[in-house]
Amino acid sequence: MPAPAPHPAPEAVVALDGVVRRFGAQTALDGLSFTVPARTIMVLLGPNGAGKTTCTRMITGALDPDDGSVRVFGRDPAIEGAEVRRRIGIVSAKPALYDRLSGLDNLRYAAELYGLGRGDDARRRIGEAAERFGITRALGQQVGGYSTGMKTRLALARSVLHDPDLVLYDEPTSGLDPESSYAVLELIREMTDEGDTVVMCTHLLLEAEGLADQVVMLQDGRSLVQGPPGELVRRYWPEHTVLVEAEDPGAVARLAGEPGVQDVRVDGAGPVVVVVDDPARTPDLVFALARHRVRVTRVEVERHSLEDLYFAVRRSSGENPIGEVHP
Amino acid sequence: MRETGSLQWGQVGTVARTDLKQLLQAKDFWGPMVGLGAIFFCVVPTILLFSLTSFTGVEAVEQISQTLEVLPDRAQASIQASTGGEEATPQGQASYALAVFLFAPVAVVVPLTISTAVGAATIVGERERGTGEFLAHSPAGIREIYLGKLLASLLPGYATTVVGFGIYSLIVNLIVGPEVGGWFFPTTQWWILMGWVVPPFLALTLSLVLRLSARVKSTAAAQQASGLVSLPLIMVAYSQSTGALFGGTRVTWIIGGIAWVLALTGLRRGMRSVSRARLLGVADEQ
Repeated sequence: MPAPAPHPAPEAVVALDGVVRRFGAQTALDGLSFTVPARTIMVLLGPNGAGKTTCTRMITGALDPDDGSVRVFGRDPAIEGAEVRRRIGIVSAKPALYDRLSGLDNLRYAAELYGLGRGDDARRRIGEAAERFGITRALGQQVGGYSTGMKTRLALARSVLHDPDLVLYDEPTSGLDPESSYAVLELIREMTDEGDTVVMCTHLLLEAEGLADQVVMLQDGRSLVQGPPGELVRRYWPEHTVLVEAEDPGAVARLAGEPGVQDVRVDGAGPVVVVVDDPARTPDLVFALARHRVRVTRVEVERHSLEDLYFAVRRSSGENPIGEVHP
Repeated sequence: MRETGSLQWGQVGTVARTDLKQLLQAKDFWGPMVGLGAIFFCVVPTILLFSLTSFTGVEAVEQISQTLEVLPDRAQASIQASTGGEEATPQGQASYALAVFLFAPVAVVVPLTISTAVGAATIVGERERGTGEFLAHSPAGIREIYLGKLLASLLPGYATTVVGFGIYSLIVNLIVGPEVGGWFFPTTQWWILMGWVVPPFLALTLSLVLRLSARVKSTAAAQQASGLVSLPLIMVAYSQSTGALFGGTRVTWIIGGIAWVLALTGLRRGMRSVSRARLLGVADEQ
């Protein structure tokens, strides 16, 4: 008898399609759709109350949608919740640890609930997770005596104990000092390097910058924009611009007509904006300005960060949203 | 969201064991519990029984004899038969009546009080501490979580009662035994009471308390509401357990049977009151 064909791997680890979730009169998620490809870091960005936490609760199946569909690993968490949750690791906004128990007992509890049992395998995994997050020496202490950073590390260790395929982090650096925050973000980066898929909620734009493969910007339970950050920035600011400041700003207008220069905008208040076909033209611009005897005080290739994008999108939401960029 | 499939008893045990472990860590919580059991099962019986058997005045003995006449005929016959009838002293008969019949409600009041105190905080406590989030996202089934918490609430009360009952038996036999011709306690009806009547009353009370714990917003509110719910049940259990002892073995079995039916119905309904949304503290899960 021929071996059965393997099931094709689902294209997306998480897929939300038109998900609506209401709490009484309040709509927490309003037709939200996005997908999370395997082995990527998806960052859900948005202010408090935007629907980020509700989103993670939908993904684990802890909450059902009122409308729309949620698929995780190709399954409906509302129906096959236990199977889905067994493959998910989560760190909630609060570490959700049992203060009266020791760190070890917290990890043992998770190991048992996630089906690892109490045997050698569970002990080995607990040891490995504790070592990885640097909490081995504190395992015997009651969690109530842990610092915030230690609690976060314990929660992180607990989230990966069962070797999940998907990890959900809801504000994982909340309440941490800068050093601990940096360490946590490094650990998350390492995890994706090892092949995990990560969904992270945050309102800290600097955290998301450089970490996110994909972002979904949420507001009032709706997606304002989503896609890879670089793509989104290019879509929002399609022009390559160079900012030039000179002793005589009006003289910068002489760049018009130079090769690759598409436009020169002088408004008198700020720097002169020179639109070019390629930022690599910048040295040529400086050379041309020198040739025109323009005394330059500053030249800067304008680069837009995720933070710029976030505020720009939020400012323009409802007016001219830039839509979705799919990978 | 209805969760179906076979019950995972391993997860029930895990939830219960972890809750009990936390309870053991909370000395400020179980200290008063042990104190309550000690007062009801040891201190009060010892003082009363010892005082009773030590009376020597004629007037006091007559008063004690009169108190036995208010007991039902069946109970009086039982006292006569068990204490050797006319040969027993009035003090012996009175202390036997006290030990066998009048302290019965204690066996119900203690576990109900302790288990109510534990159970009231169990679900709302998870929510208040934020650990409900961990449970809600875990693969543990909601029925398993409910039953685990039920067990963890039931066991401290019942264990205190069993230990207290053992000590109480010893006290009764040591103080009253010599007056009535040897060790006699526990009687058959007490065994049935402890094994058949008390557990369903506990389960019934806890099914209501856990429902409250799932619905209210704070532990304080849960404690208050549980007190209101458990007080009438304690009174019912008090009267039923007394009646069970007075009414004979058959009545005890019947009372226990009815209590079991009510308890199982209550547990079934109580299980539906717990949901992942409630563990998360999201109010309007449908």
